[in-house]
Amino acid sequence: MDSNMSRLEVKTPGQAQAVVEQLYRNMERRIAASPPGLCPVDMALNFLNLCQAQTCGKCVPCRIGLTQLSNMIREVLDGEPSIGILRRIENTAQVIVDTADCAIGIDAANLVLMGLKGFRDDYEEHILHHRCLGSLRNPVPCVALCPAGVDIPGYISLVNEGRCADAVRLIRKDNPFPTACAYICEHPCEARCRRNMVDDAVNIRGLKRYAVDHADNVPQPKKAPATGKSVAIIGGGPGGLSAAYYLALMGHKVTVYEKQKHLGGMMRYGIPSYRLPRQKLDDEIASILSLGIEVHTEVDVGTDITFDALKQEYDCLYLSIGAHTDKKTGIEGEDSEGVISAVELLRGIGDDEMPDFTGQNVAVIGGGNVAMDVTRSAIRLGAAKVTCVYRRRQEDMTAQQEEVEGAIAEGAEVLTLHAPLKIEANEAGHAVALWAQPQIIGEIDKQGRPRPNTAAVEPLRIPADTIIVAIGQGIETHGFEQTGIKIQRGGTLLADSSTQLPDMEGVFAGGDCVTGPATVIRAIAAGKAAAANIDEYLGFHHEIKSEVTVPTPRCTDLRPRGRVDATERDACERKGDFQCIECGMTDEESAQESSRCLRCDRFGYGNFKGGRVEKW
Amino acid sequence: MVNFKMNDRELSVSNGTTILKAAEQAGIPIPHLCYLKDINEIAACRMCMVEVEGTNRLVPACNTEVAEGMVIHTNSPRVRQARKTNLRLILSQHNSNCTVCVRSGNCELQRLSHDLNIHYQPYQVCPERSNVDLSTPIVREASKCIKCMRCVQVCDKVQGMHIWDVAGTGSRTTVDVSYNRYLKNTACTFCGQCVTHCPTGALTVRDDTNRVLRALADPEITTVVQVAPAVRVAWAEAFGLSPRQATTGRMVAALKRIGFDYVFDTNFAADLTIMEEGSEFIQRFTHRGKYRWPMFTSCCPGWVRFLKTQYPSYTENLSTAKSPQQMFGAVAKSYFADKKDINPKKLFVVSIMPCSAKKAEAELPTMRNAFGDPDVDAVLTTREMCRLFRSDCIVPADLEEAEFDSPLGSGTGAAVIFGTTGGVMDAALRSAYYLVTGKNPDPDAFTEVRGSKPWKEATFSIPGAGDVKVAVVSGLANTRKLMEAVDSGKADYDFVEVMACPGGCAGGGGQPIHDGVEMASSRGSQLWKLDAKALIRFSHENPDVQELYHAYLKKPLGEKSHHLLHTDHDAWDALPDKA
Repeated sequence: MDSNMSRLEVKTPGQAQAVVEQLYRNMERRIAASPPGLCPVDMALNFLNLCQAQTCGKCVPCRIGLTQLSNMIREVLDGEPSIGILRRIENTAQVIVDTADCAIGIDAANLVLMGLKGFRDDYEEHILHHRCLGSLRNPVPCVALCPAGVDIPGYISLVNEGRCADAVRLIRKDNPFPTACAYICEHPCEARCRRNMVDDAVNIRGLKRYAVDHADNVPQPKKAPATGKSVAIIGGGPGGLSAAYYLALMGHKVTVYEKQKHLGGMMRYGIPSYRLPRQKLDDEIASILSLGIEVHTEVDVGTDITFDALKQEYDCLYLSIGAHTDKKTGIEGEDSEGVISAVELLRGIGDDEMPDFTGQNVAVIGGGNVAMDVTRSAIRLGAAKVTCVYRRRQEDMTAQQEEVEGAIAEGAEVLTLHAPLKIEANEAGHAVALWAQPQIIGEIDKQGRPRPNTAAVEPLRIPADTIIVAIGQGIETHGFEQTGIKIQRGGTLLADSSTQLPDMEGVFAGGDCVTGPATVIRAIAAGKAAAANIDEYLGFHHEIKSEVTVPTPRCTDLRPRGRVDATERDACERKGDFQCIECGMTDEESAQESSRCLRCDRFGYGNFKGGRVEKW
Repeated sequence: MVNFKMNDRELSVSNGTTILKAAEQAGIPIPHLCYLKDINEIAACRMCMVEVEGTNRLVPACNTEVAEGMVIHTNSPRVRQARKTNLRLILSQHNSNCTVCVRSGNCELQRLSHDLNIHYQPYQVCPERSNVDLSTPIVREASKCIKCMRCVQVCDKVQGMHIWDVAGTGSRTTVDVSYNRYLKNTACTFCGQCVTHCPTGALTVRDDTNRVLRALADPEITTVVQVAPAVRVAWAEAFGLSPRQATTGRMVAALKRIGFDYVFDTNFAADLTIMEEGSEFIQRFTHRGKYRWPMFTSCCPGWVRFLKTQYPSYTENLSTAKSPQQMFGAVAKSYFADKKDINPKKLFVVSIMPCSAKKAEAELPTMRNAFGDPDVDAVLTTREMCRLFRSDCIVPADLEEAEFDSPLGSGTGAAVIFGTTGGVMDAALRSAYYLVTGKNPDPDAFTEVRGSKPWKEATFSIPGAGDVKVAVVSGLANTRKLMEAVDSGKADYDFVEVMACPGGCAGGGGQPIHDGVEMASSRGSQLWKLDAKALIRFSHENPDVQELYHAYLKKPLGEKSHHLLHTDHDAWDALPDKA
């Protein structure tokens, strides 16, 4: 040891280490921005090369084995070896798993084994035909990931030029609900935004919100000449109304049947107005109906009118009945007074029937977005204390993290790692407490989420006057079962990807009732697909396009810069009302944020292929 | 207008002009490789990078618009460095075996490497592996592909066939036949537009010159060569001849130098085609109810393959007349062989075509004589003919002009225009008019079908027969539009001429290649000039064709014609093995 060395030193990272740390963060973002359709073998090789650089070099299988694995996979990609190489790769990887001294080697070899199993046909194609099954079919990541395929770079560039009404027009080509989506879309588009490679994803939903807030009333385009064909839509939610919208534009006569008092489906009866202001929703629906769509509310198909009668009367039917029944926990005492379902509570609120929770202790069971919606609604309905009980950890919740954080800021207790055990009721049969069993987080399941296991700790009593169950929704198939419509395991309707029902002429279905509870944008996408396929079925080929011309981009600004996030009203203030929580971007913010878009419609693959779908 | 500065010159251009176009207008060349006007403006090769003051990165000139006040440098040290580096990167994956490459001397990559003074390569050179398949007329050598994507775009946008596509992902991304197919299993029409738009030797038309040289070397064999109309207005481009020297006569002289026993003209067969096809049209037109409409021309093999794969139910609408190339072969191995007392088995018929699809046509199982021998034994493109001249050290400028041989060497003005869009229709109408009325029309009565417009329509009145609605289309993407219009009932024609290549055979896939320049229109107008100058401008007045009917065929659509000059388009499968 160097004699000048002190006995202990304070660790400070060197400059090289600091830069490498920065590179790690860049690489993480870059992996997150991977476009869909990459060759899995190529990715496996490159991940393996990263692992190779991490080896400490001590043990043989990791130091040499990973290098040889990498060599062999590269040979596969170059189309050199025969099929026997797969055997050698597998054997080598297995030996590394069995014999490497630490996780660096074991885990790296495991990645290779997973790939050999998971995408063996890709390996084989490279070896046998020197070709790749991977294909980059849609190169604009945000558009590819938007279920409805909205022209995102197009409308962002329009927002950047201050052409908000044109932005709305362009969005409507693929999605008739720009406003609803501007407020509540889960924005899958942002997940793989290429801007992640530079700094962070563009705040796409925020820019859409800016567009709709600044566009005033944008009139709808002209309808095609009447075709004389009629279509009935059963269920006036986002999916049903989207199908209605496009079918009306194509010139078909459209009638919507809705079971509830008002149109909107889960946008009204599931999403609280502090997320999507009622007036905004009503205006948007009115705009869609301005195309001349006939509406019958409070008509329950199956009870008030039979499915077969509708089939007789119309040329085509679209089923978009959503998922509006509640799921039960099955725990003791669930039928006590004071135990309600989230669906029930939110449906009442949707019709302005507000329960009064003043001074109550409320317990919410569940960890999804609906659980957060009822938690935050309960706070607004006057509850003294709201506890959200969830059996896993906060990061395992399916709710969006900003929803969870928002609820916590408004004073909600989030009690994680507690599984509901039973509901305690008083002599009158009214709930007084929820008992929960503490959990310990355990092994990772197949979906990659760790499983909760019973902890060796006594159950916990959570005093509660009202208990709201928010553990999922099902589909009301009653009334359809007898009609010959096929119900899948899990209770959803069976329809193919073209939304057509098997063995049933002229009947289409989509949205939550086919997929199970999902998102507004997925229901819209299903409605759009249904409209196209119904149009074809009726013997037409109407094209939906937009007259808006997208500005040509100049050079994009690649200097790393922070993302403009939405701001929210003060938690103390907002928790007392049902007014909108989120504040829109300022002009300044919108100008800056929209200029962050990398215009993948034009740069990279975009100006070669697939940069823009002009019509469908 | 926007004002900008380029290399210290104050300039202005109209709004929306790209830097590349602006530079071109100012006479400032900017190198580029992948760029193809209107077809491939994807900024892939990064050869056209320029420096714009105030922008921290270099920008591609081909798809960046000039903005007001831009200060552009096309030769700054950074630009020079970038161009050289990117070109060396391209070369590191290119099989630079230029000495044995068919495109040597006419290769954009080679020219640019030379111009940019690149004489050493710092990078490891590792071209892609090539699997060359010579069973089709179009040959791809992956090791020479620079992934400019022009072929993909030409096939998609101009021909609408989507045969080529990007294949693979990541750094192994390349170009290959779409959907992981092999070319021979696709609906490829072998039009060769991908070849004539390839900047390197990655896409070529199969070279068949050795087969011809073997026949020439065999003393037992009599060689006969025919030259298609569009060849005569293009071949001299490869030798840089002045228009005065670039005559058909010098081409004939050069072919004779090569050693062909008889040098004939496909124009003869074009006149014969008009006799058969024109008569067939009149036959169909006067018995309307018996046929499906419209009637389609059948001289373009790319079009025939297109129709058979894309709109198979319309195959019966094709004229049953063989193409001039095939009629020539059939007549050469029967009438001519008889006349000269040559054993047809010892006759080797070569055609020089502006076309790559003609190679596939000659190989069709239906294009054979009674002995089962092919009517045409070998098809060379214009480019292959020029290569033959060059390899024999022939200097065409020094040759005395020569005449085509008799009796298959004569052609009228109506025949020579077969090589350009509208020409077959014009020629057919001239003779159809005569066949119905017994009188010649004004040879320039049908000018509406001429010109380079991609889709032309006209109605002509033939006394005694009525109004004939005709259409002329070239380029397969345009053809698809026409077919959709016909199929949906939006268009209604009696007679339609289709040529697969834009502008017709003059712009064919076998013609000399000029990077970035479309020659179809100028070559086409030369053909129209040849027609205007011709002594005879009606196919039915070709004396040798008249003699052929008199002495041998007897009459159009007769028994002999049926066997020799007509074909059954249903008798072969355009998609042999759809594996």
